[in-house]
Amino acid sequence: MSVRVFVPRDAAALSVGADAVAKAIAARPGVSVVRNGSRGMLWLEPLVEVETPAGRIAYGPVDAADVAGLFDAGFLQGGAHRLNLGKTEDIPYFKKQERLGFARVGVIDPLSLAEYEAHGGWRGLTAALGKSGAQIVDDVTKSGLRGRGGAAFPTGIKWKTVHDTAAAQKYIVCNADEGDSGTFADRMVMEGDPFLLIEGMLIAGIAVGATRGYIYLRSEYPDAERTLVAALELARSAGYLGDNVRGSGKAFHLEVRRGAGAYICGEETALLESLEGRRGIVRYRPPVPAVQGLFAKPTALNNVLTFISVPAILEHGPQFYQDYGVGRSRGTLAFQLAGNLKHGGLVEKAFGVTLRELLYDYGGGSASGRPIRAVQVGGPLGAYLKESQFDTPMDYEAFAAQNALVGHGGLVAFDDTVDMAKMARYAMEFCAIESCGKCTPCRIGSTRGVEVIDRLVAGDRRELQLGLLKDLCETMTDASLCALGGLTPYPVRSALEHFPEDFGRS
Amino acid sequence: MPENDAVERAIAENLSREGALLPILHAVQDALGYIPPESLSRIANALNISNAEVHGVVTFYHDFRTAPAGRHVVKVCRAEACQARGSDALAEHAKAALGVDFKETRADGGVTLEPVYCLGNCALGPSVLLDGRLVGRVTPERFERLVQEEMPRL
Ligand SMILES: Cc1cc2nc3c(=O)[nH]c(=O)nc-3n(C[C@H](O)[C@H](O)[C@H](O)COP(=O)(O)O)c2cc1C
Ligand code: SF4
Repeated sequence: MSVRVFVPRDAAALSVGADAVAKAIAARPGVSVVRNGSRGMLWLEPLVEVETPAGRIAYGPVDAADVAGLFDAGFLQGGAHRLNLGKTEDIPYFKKQERLGFARVGVIDPLSLAEYEAHGGWRGLTAALGKSGAQIVDDVTKSGLRGRGGAAFPTGIKWKTVHDTAAAQKYIVCNADEGDSGTFADRMVMEGDPFLLIEGMLIAGIAVGATRGYIYLRSEYPDAERTLVAALELARSAGYLGDNVRGSGKAFHLEVRRGAGAYICGEETALLESLEGRRGIVRYRPPVPAVQGLFAKPTALNNVLTFISVPAILEHGPQFYQDYGVGRSRGTLAFQLAGNLKHGGLVEKAFGVTLRELLYDYGGGSASGRPIRAVQVGGPLGAYLKESQFDTPMDYEAFAAQNALVGHGGLVAFDDTVDMAKMARYAMEFCAIESCGKCTPCRIGSTRGVEVIDRLVAGDRRELQLGLLKDLCETMTDASLCALGGLTPYPVRSALEHFPEDFGRS
Repeated sequence: MPENDAVERAIAENLSREGALLPILHAVQDALGYIPPESLSRIANALNISNAEVHGVVTFYHDFRTAPAGRHVVKVCRAEACQARGSDALAEHAKAALGVDFKETRADGGVTLEPVYCLGNCALGPSVLLDGRLVGRVTPERFERLVQEEMPRL
């Protein structure tokens, strides 16, 4: 019997040498290497696990050059070594999490249907196949699930609209554009548990009566694309996709479409334009995509993390999901700890955990050892928070009260060397680069914003520039068609408000 | 002409798909490394849309290029999470080491340098994409080693 050794094929693990480690281990006799997803303790990648009678023992971060020494230390029996981290499940960072959506990520071989099934896969689908569409929609509504892509719109309500809109053809579209800096949860689940996304989209299809689905995947994720394409093929061969899903008489066809490097195509209507083969220009609303979406057909468009939350709701019932979280933020969110943190990675926790707990108890403080000065939560359109706000619980309403966003759950930490005027300028610059160009406040305003911040920092008529910047932010907020122009003032204003000392002398 | 063959293949393989334009453009660029400007009218014809429409799409998306890139393509992440881990210094270093500015191809055609906004490796930055391969924790020293190992003829 050969010993199973897990070496992640997650893109983050690959970026720090996991392939070389896998090769060195596979060259040894008596091992069979499994390429799993990542456990999410990214600072420990490549994190290698050995399956022993006592459980899986973790070693990390492993370099290919460490492999000989590991074998000398009796690695296949879980032997002592300076890289030995003990049982993976006992590592506090991992142990304290509440893994619902990410329960299998890093545990199983992502492309093994047998393992997916053995670890509880397809149970949500089985439950869904025994219900009417309206009942499924009702379960999702009662669970309190809100969209994880940023806007936090109740998923059940969206699905009900699609369900109730009669049409010969309806679509399910997964937003896997994940453009926010500081986010990688979509990528990790697509690479680590792709059948879960397929299952979530299938359930959505059955719920609303859609027979076709697309996963719009950003082009920056080639590893995820390979995994998804392979998983779709396997799911088709096993009869989970096709004209007759598992003999239910229901059809569902699903394919991956690659984006082309435009941040705005994460905005749902720009995404639909792009899927239809056009420039990613934002559409006017109404009609909302749930009524007239892809090719003007009713479309349930959701984020990856929204879809992957659904199977557990169907399997365990809406109350199970409701029981996690606080206020109107129900369930768990896969927080992504990024930037200048010692222990960057993925932490799935119920809403209500505080920013401080994530930054320090999990994140371990800054990687540089200097004080954390600012944290941007919710991507490039999210506000910068300062230390006195770190006790804010992760909850959509609590963040809104701070003029901040939870967004897609990404946290980017900066130490005290950060120049917040530079970050504010960057926010405007990013908006200018990525603007779809449809409305003036966003297209022109962002460029003006860069210029005004430059003059402000240079000390050129400070009061005048401050007034201009505030007016500009107001115009962008009030008169932009979508949240790119509409929310760029968040990082800018918060930087100005919380860190005025960085914006030149007064 | 191999270019024409690649374009015809890209069209034939994708024409029946819904919203076929992006898949066709990707297939052309995957095969040739760029989208030859001469191919735009052929693609427009196949899809029964105007040349202007195809041109508009090609120019809208950051990924598509209408001229060949250098032999190597280096993309440096400039987004916030990498900035928090020192990507500005890395970007300056990369420009100096490669002798090009962002969005430029070196005169000898050796390398193209491009900015990229997030590679989804935000806990292990600074990140670069080197000929399509993601590399994390790239200090200036690591960058030097990568250049020597992966681009020896540069
Ligand atoms: C500029 C911009 C970028 C966006 N990027 C994404 C993205 O990458 N992924 C995503 O799921 N939603 C993104 N959104 C939000 C989508 O428009 C939409 O609200 C979401 O995909 C709906 O799915 P949900 O209800 O499951 O969250 C973006 C919005 C804007 C304005
Ligand atoms: S706000 Fe900007 S990105 Fe959004 S529609 Fe207007 S121009 Fe386009």
